Amino acid sequence: MTDLLQQLLNGLSQGSIYALIAVGYTMIYGIIQLINFAHGDVIMVGAYVALGCALMGLGFIPSLAVAMLTCAILGVIIERVAYRRVRPVSRLAALTSAIGVSLFLEYTMMYFLGADIRTFPAGFFPERTYSLWGITINNKDLLVLGTTLVLVIILQYIIYRTRTGKAMRAVSFDGQAAQLMGVNVNSTVAITFFIGSAMAAAAGLLYGIYFNTVQPLMGLMPGLKAFIAAVLGGIGSVPGAMLGGILLGMTESLVAGFGGSMYRDAVAFIILILVLLIRPTGLLGKGVQEKV
Amino acid sequence: MKKYLSTLIICLVLAVFFVVVQLGINNGFITGYWVTNLYLVGINVILASSLNLINGFTGEFSLGHAGFMAVGAYSGAIITANLGLPFPLAVIVGMLAAGLTGVLVGLPTLRLRGDYLAIATLGFGEIVRVVLMNIDYVGGASGLRDIPFVVNWPIIFFSVVLSLLLIRNFICSSHGRACLSVRENDLAAEMMGINITYYKVLAFVIGAALAGLAGVLYAHYYTVLQPRDFSFMLTFDVLVMVMVGGLGSLTGSVVGAVLITVASAFLQSIPELRMVIYALLLIISAVFRPQGLLGEKEVSLKILQKLGGVFNGAVGSKQTH
Repeated sequence: MTDLLQQLLNGLSQGSIYALIAVGYTMIYGIIQLINFAHGDVIMVGAYVALGCALMGLGFIPSLAVAMLTCAILGVIIERVAYRRVRPVSRLAALTSAIGVSLFLEYTMMYFLGADIRTFPAGFFPERTYSLWGITINNKDLLVLGTTLVLVIILQYIIYRTRTGKAMRAVSFDGQAAQLMGVNVNSTVAITFFIGSAMAAAAGLLYGIYFNTVQPLMGLMPGLKAFIAAVLGGIGSVPGAMLGGILLGMTESLVAGFGGSMYRDAVAFIILILVLLIRPTGLLGKGVQEKV
Repeated sequence: MKKYLSTLIICLVLAVFFVVVQLGINNGFITGYWVTNLYLVGINVILASSLNLINGFTGEFSLGHAGFMAVGAYSGAIITANLGLPFPLAVIVGMLAAGLTGVLVGLPTLRLRGDYLAIATLGFGEIVRVVLMNIDYVGGASGLRDIPFVVNWPIIFFSVVLSLLLIRNFICSSHGRACLSVRENDLAAEMMGINITYYKVLAFVIGAALAGLAGVLYAHYYTVLQPRDFSFMLTFDVLVMVMVGGLGSLTGSVVGAVLITVASAFLQSIPELRMVIYALLLIISAVFRPQGLLGEKEVSLKILQKLGGVFNGAVGSKQTH
């Protein structure tokens, strides 16, 4: 029983990181119907920037802020350079361009910083553990959960209570109609990338602290799994992404904890195929009828 | 009559090319390093053209080619290395195994839109790698060794020619036309009574089986297989070839495969920079020429005729002056 609770707790922390990444995916997919393959690598860049700040002696909050701002700008640049021209032309070309950006970020990092695994300096986040009814709670878990919660609440506020958020919802509902109503679609898309990439940077920092690894290919797997989490929750829906992320994290943690650690990575993809077969719109998604 | 003539010319050119290269290899004009690259070009042409059948002609987006190649390579190698059966059987089994895996992966995922397929097939490739690493019968992470060295120039040459012929004839058949209509507009195609899932799966399976063939050739040339050879990077290389050559152009895939393979032979000493260059190439080609180098055009003898026509015309106009 304690084992089960312990695994669920681990899954909750890991799931919150997936959720933060998935939120960015789902926002970007919702607004331009493109899988932003580079999203996972924005996480990686965020982790490196935060690591750089940590090495210069900045604390957690300033490092987080610098990483989020840098990645937000990076996200806007990626959209402007690699996606904006291609999007209207062809989906396949846009997807290819996204894969190109992803590999470009990975291997540029590898070329300049090497492929070694780096870790955060020991004093950056002193670890403490607490014991509660036989479950070990690490303050890393609390940090991840707390940061995710705060960021998602801010995000919900932006999307549902501000004019920018209204524009984002309008564009994702119907881009052309929104444009006719005077919404600047291009700048709204740019803002979406800004916010989504900032979330990814936060996830990168949390991932770096939680697993204590930072390396050029670190974003690949969490990126893919976060996409699956977004599909599981219903793509385009922010609460869905949260729910999907946490469910996926818990499932993986349970599978790994009860003997199947080598199939940990396979589980996510099996979930994807099952969701696509049984309920392609995801748990909280809405079905859309396509027309010729 | 004219049609037979052009076929005859193509056959002649191919035959001359085949003989010249064979003589070059026999007499040592083509050294070992370039023989390796020549074979690699052949394998890559098969991979690129079969991926193009799925991504370019049918308009799906598969990222699982490395996985299908791995399935073909391993099952072919089991036939020759572990069971000691002859090579032709390995080719058949490798292609069948990869094609069957294509059915299993394609049936559930191809009913969905292209982007989901991309993620699902990417996941499939990763799963294949993880599973291969954990099967001791095929050597696990350290790999499968002592596969007989069978591949030579005639085998590569005829595999490439037959694969290209298969894909070309498929595209020109009514099945191929159906695939093209699925690419252009799947909903409209469905309205016209085309069973879109059937045609998507058909193209996907042919592509997967050919990737399996490439895998069998790969296994019997390098004689050692390791799961990490079949990572996402391999699919990515093939994707670059297809994109550079042109989505939906068979000759484009051949050109792309040759260009990229030769380029990577030169860039081998700087692997990270090579990937950066590829990535930039991919972005640039997607942004500025989304249809690729050749677009959907094919290089054929007609171009020669056109050139000839221009030339004759120019000569003619000069005479009138």
